[in-house]
Amino acid sequence: MISYLQIDHLDKTFVRGNRETKVLKDVSLTVEKGQFVSIIGHSGCGKTTLLNIVAGLTQATLGGVLLEGREVNEPGPDRAVVFQNHSLLPWLTVYDNVRLAVDKVFGASKSRAERHAWTLHNLDLVQMSHAKDKRPAEISGGMKQRVGLARALAMEPKVLLLDEPFGALDALTRAHLQDSVMALHQKLGNTVLMITHDVDEAVLLSDRIVMMTNGPAAQIGEILDVALARPRKRLEVAANATYLKCRQRVLEFLYERHRYVEAA
Amino acid sequence: MNMPMLKTDPQAVTRAPSATVVPLNPPTPGFLRTRILPAARTVAVRILPPLVTICVLLGVWQVLCMHPGATLPSPSRIWSDARDLIVDPFFVAGPQDIGLAWRVLTSLHRVAIGFGFAAIAGILIGAIIGQSVWAMRGLDPIFQVLRTIPPLAWLPLSLAAFRDSQPSAIFVIFITSVWPIIINTAVGIRNIPQDYRNVAAVLRLNPLEFFWKVMIPAAAPYIFTGLRIGIGLSWLAIVAAEMLTGGVGIGFFIWDAWNSSRLSDIVVALVYIGIVGFLLDRLVAGIATVVTRGTAAN
Repeated sequence: MISYLQIDHLDKTFVRGNRETKVLKDVSLTVEKGQFVSIIGHSGCGKTTLLNIVAGLTQATLGGVLLEGREVNEPGPDRAVVFQNHSLLPWLTVYDNVRLAVDKVFGASKSRAERHAWTLHNLDLVQMSHAKDKRPAEISGGMKQRVGLARALAMEPKVLLLDEPFGALDALTRAHLQDSVMALHQKLGNTVLMITHDVDEAVLLSDRIVMMTNGPAAQIGEILDVALARPRKRLEVAANATYLKCRQRVLEFLYERHRYVEAA
Repeated sequence: MNMPMLKTDPQAVTRAPSATVVPLNPPTPGFLRTRILPAARTVAVRILPPLVTICVLLGVWQVLCMHPGATLPSPSRIWSDARDLIVDPFFVAGPQDIGLAWRVLTSLHRVAIGFGFAAIAGILIGAIIGQSVWAMRGLDPIFQVLRTIPPLAWLPLSLAAFRDSQPSAIFVIFITSVWPIIINTAVGIRNIPQDYRNVAAVLRLNPLEFFWKVMIPAAAPYIFTGLRIGIGLSWLAIVAAEMLTGGVGIGFFIWDAWNSSRLSDIVVALVYIGIVGFLLDRLVAGIATVVTRGTAAN
């Protein structure tokens, strides 16, 4: 059976001069439609490289990525990325940042008025319509990340790729955005692949957590299914036995079996 | 060059006098006190210092050049010699006897054409060099050598090629101002953050869309630095080029005045050139502020 998103025996080696660094070794992973999958691991373990390969921004050395049975080898809007540092274009307003994506993806299939409405709709989804005429420099970090999310959602991607989307935010804003992402996933049923280094975030949001060993030559160490019913509520889940068990498993993996080694 | 520095100190200076006036205000301050006085104070703070400096300099100059054997004219002498040039920049008294504003406009016209071509070519070539490592490796060493050639050294060659003074002068403007535009554009484009390139890649922007929607706005601050240096250089070059090519123009006017020993006219022309050069620089800087509003990443 072919899965929706299939990452197949992926190897990645970076060559710098005559020094070769193996970053990923034999990474295989399947994601079903509508699933929310997190990839967790210590920094430097190649999580972002893996996501960039799925996005098509980096080429794999061996192996490949299949999306709906078709090979992925270049970037495209069917795999929209929410970048760690928002990556909004600072000379465009919030509206224009999203509109640029909408125009590019639906330029041929939607009329001007439809594209305008679709842009506003997506800003509504992330509760950012109120700031649509502001420039990125005039809104907070959390808001920028929301706009980045709206831009990605507006492309109607087959897979939404989140690269540590909340990494640069303070704890309260992060929790708020996590709730928003959960609600959006519930509502839209996107397939999501998220990179994170936050154990609670991974357990709260994911259906499955992919734990990666330390680099170089990082592999998938363990995959954990989070059997928690949705919708999940942050406060209710916090005392739930399954939640705590999952959290414990991830913590054990990260801090006992695959402890972070300095300058590994 | 000293204008930007003067601009910064009004804030520091306005604080002190305002403390002495405000307590005297009646409960319902009149229009004069709330609007006119502060405005007048700002003007005074900005205008007075340069005005005083100019008066002092003119005074010193007058004293130095007043004695009978002086080689250069004193300000009062210039006023009496070249009064028509100073008071009416737009007079037309004959085919070769016209106000300095007309001559400046002729020179500006040449600069506009030459600099316009330089801006277009410079930004395009700079974009190619900034984008392609091989174009940079191939062209950058050549440009680094060519850009050091003084503007006037190009003039004989361009006269030989074009066989006419007008296109030759324009070519000299072009070749002088194009290098800083190319180099700054290339640097700006090389410095476009990888994030923006990733966004463009995910959106599958084609090269033309990438050029207009990402490259130009992202590199705009650098491009305008290049344009500003470029316009300064073209103004330097046009005066020199016109001295040699002749015709109408502020550069030729100076040469002509030298040949007929009208030193006072030369001084007036120098003042014109300085002011126009300053205004050109301000103009490009002003456009840059408007265009690059919001381009700074954060």
